[in-house]
Amino acid sequence: MTGNVAGAGPVGENRMLPDDGAAEPPVLEAHGLVKKYGNVTAINGADFELRGAEVLAVVGDNGAGKSSLIKALAGALVPDAGEILMGGQKMHFRNTRDARAAGIETVYQDLAVIPALDIASNVFLGREIRRRGIMGSLFRRLDMPRMRQESSSHLSDLKIGIRSVTQAVETLSGGQRQGVAVVRAAAFGRGVIIMDEPTAALGVKESGQVIDLIRSIRERGIPVVLISHDMPHVFEVADRIHVHRLGKRAGVIDPRTRSMSEVVALMTGAEQPTAGEAAGG
Amino acid sequence: MGVAETAVPPSAAHRWRQRLARVLREPLLGPLAALVIAIVVFASISSTFLTPFNMSLILQQSVVVGILAVGQTLIILTSGIDLSIGSVAVLGTIVMAQASGAQGPFVALIATFGVCVLLGALNGGLVTVLRLPPFIVTLGTFTAIQAATRLLAGSQTYQVPDGGPLTFLGTTFRVLGFTTTYGVAVMILVYLVVGYALSQTAWGKHVYAVGGSIQASRLSGIKAGRTLFSVYVVTGVIAAIAAWAALGRIPNADPNAYQNANLETITAVVIGGTSLFGGRGGVVGTLIGTLIVGVLRNGLTQAGVDSLYQNIATGILVILAVTVDQFARRRSL
Repeated sequence: MTGNVAGAGPVGENRMLPDDGAAEPPVLEAHGLVKKYGNVTAINGADFELRGAEVLAVVGDNGAGKSSLIKALAGALVPDAGEILMGGQKMHFRNTRDARAAGIETVYQDLAVIPALDIASNVFLGREIRRRGIMGSLFRRLDMPRMRQESSSHLSDLKIGIRSVTQAVETLSGGQRQGVAVVRAAAFGRGVIIMDEPTAALGVKESGQVIDLIRSIRERGIPVVLISHDMPHVFEVADRIHVHRLGKRAGVIDPRTRSMSEVVALMTGAEQPTAGEAAGG
Repeated sequence: MGVAETAVPPSAAHRWRQRLARVLREPLLGPLAALVIAIVVFASISSTFLTPFNMSLILQQSVVVGILAVGQTLIILTSGIDLSIGSVAVLGTIVMAQASGAQGPFVALIATFGVCVLLGALNGGLVTVLRLPPFIVTLGTFTAIQAATRLLAGSQTYQVPDGGPLTFLGTTFRVLGFTTTYGVAVMILVYLVVGYALSQTAWGKHVYAVGGSIQASRLSGIKAGRTLFSVYVVTGVIAAIAAWAALGRIPNADPNAYQNANLETITAVVIGGTSLFGGRGGVVGTLIGTLIVGVLRNGLTQAGVDSLYQNIATGILVILAVTVDQFARRRSL
C-alpha cells in the first residue's frame, strides 16, 4: 500500500497508476486549499491525497497549518478556495455533520467525549438508535440494550478491554478514553478516519495500544489520516508521510526511503524534498 | 472506588462488593438519606408529622416550586441557571386571571402558555443566538419581568372564580386512602415525563452532553444550539403549568407572590445532587430535593421554629450540597 514509485509523475496521473489497485481515484483529496483569517494565512494552497487502506501521517512544525488542513477535511472549517474530493467526487462540507455524512470521522485531540456520559452513549452520541415500533416512533425511546451491545462488540473488535459499556467515560484511563473515541470513529467511519495527535497525552503502553488500533482499522480496509508529532510512532505505522510546511504540502515521502532526521529537516525547511516527493509521492 | 478496583476473579463476594461500591457511589444516596433522616427526626418529635394528612399537605405545599424545579433542573443540566423562572410563572398567573375575566378560562390558559413559552424562548434566544451567559440573561429578564408583572397588574391582586378550570389543579381526590390534589398529580406527571425524556430519548442524552461540554457536543455532530434553545422553551411550558397549579392552590393572582420561587428552585435542584457545572444529575434528585425542603419547612413549623431559622437551615443544606458536588467533581477530574 505504500507509495509505489517515488516520482511517478504529476499528481493528476496518480489515479491512472496500474498497480496498487489504484485505478480508483484517491479516497480523499484536496487541491489548492486556501484559508485566511484576516492577515493570517492558515492554509496557503495546500494539496492533500489519501489512498485506499493506507495510514497517511501528516507531520509539520507547530504553526505549519496541519490543524487547519485537517479541519477543512473534517468540515470544521470552510476553505476560502480550493476543492475537496472523495472518490473523485467534489464535496462541499459546510460543517462536521456534512463530513460525517460523507463518511469522514475525526478523533479530535481533546477527544470530544462527554466525561459524565457512559461509554455506549458516547459511542452513539448524535447517532442514537431508537426502538422499533411505536415506542421508538411516537415515544422516541432509545434502544439502549442494542446500543450497549453494539458498542461492546465494536470495543472487542478493536481489542479494547473495557469491562462494561455502562460505566462513565470519566472513570476510564486516558488510553481507554482514546479507545472509546476511536471506536466511535471506527464504528461509523465508512470512508476515512482522521486522528489528531491521538498519542500526545498518553503513556508508552497506552500509545502502543493506539498504534495497534490504527493498524486494525487499516486491516479493515479503512484509511487513516494520522496527525502526529511523534516521529517514532509515525514511522512505526505510516505508509506514507505528508510533510506540511508554511501552510501547504512540502511533499509526501516514503518512510522506507527516508530517516526520521531527514523528515524533521524537511519539516523545518533545512532540506528540500525530491521532485517526486514534492509532487505528492 | 478502591473496592471495585481489586482485580480478583469474579466471585460472588466480589460481585457483592462491586454492587456495594456502586451503591455508595450513587449520587442520589446522600439526598435520599437526608430526606429519610429528616422524616425520622420530625416523626419522633411530633406525633402529627407522619400522618397522611400532613404528608399530603407537604406535597401540596411543594407543588409550585416542585414543578418549577423541573425546568430549573433542565437548565442547570445544560450548565446554565434560570433566575427568572419564578417570575415567569407569577406573570403567568396574572395573565391567566386577567384573561379569564375578559375571555374565559380556555383562552386564559392558552394565553398563559403562550406568554410563558415566549419568555422561555426569549431567554433561550439570548443564550444561544447571542451566546450570553444564562446568569446575566435571566437576571435581566427576571428584573424586567417582575416590573412588567406589577405594571400589568397595577399592583392589584386578581381573584379567579373558584371551581372553574383555572382552579382545577386545586381540586382534591382520594387515592389509596390518601387525599391529594390534581396539582400534586400533575407535578408527579411533569417529573415522570421529563425524567423519561432525559433518560430514554436522544434529546435527553443531548441535554447532558451539551451541559458536559458544548464544544465536544458540537464536534460529535449534536445540534447544540437547538438543544439548548429547546430546554429554555420547555422550561417556559413548565412555568405555565406551575402558574396553573399556583392558582389551583390559591385562587388569587398576586404580583408579589412567590418572591423566593426563583431561588427555591435552585435550592431544590442543588440539594437533589444536580451539578451546577452541568451534565450530571436529574429530576429524581430534584424531587427528593423539593421534598427535603418541604419536609424541613413543615417539620420546623410544627416544632414551632421561626421561619427565619428555617431559611438558615435551608441555606446550610444548599452549601453542604454544593460542597459535596465540588468534591465529587474534583475527584472525577
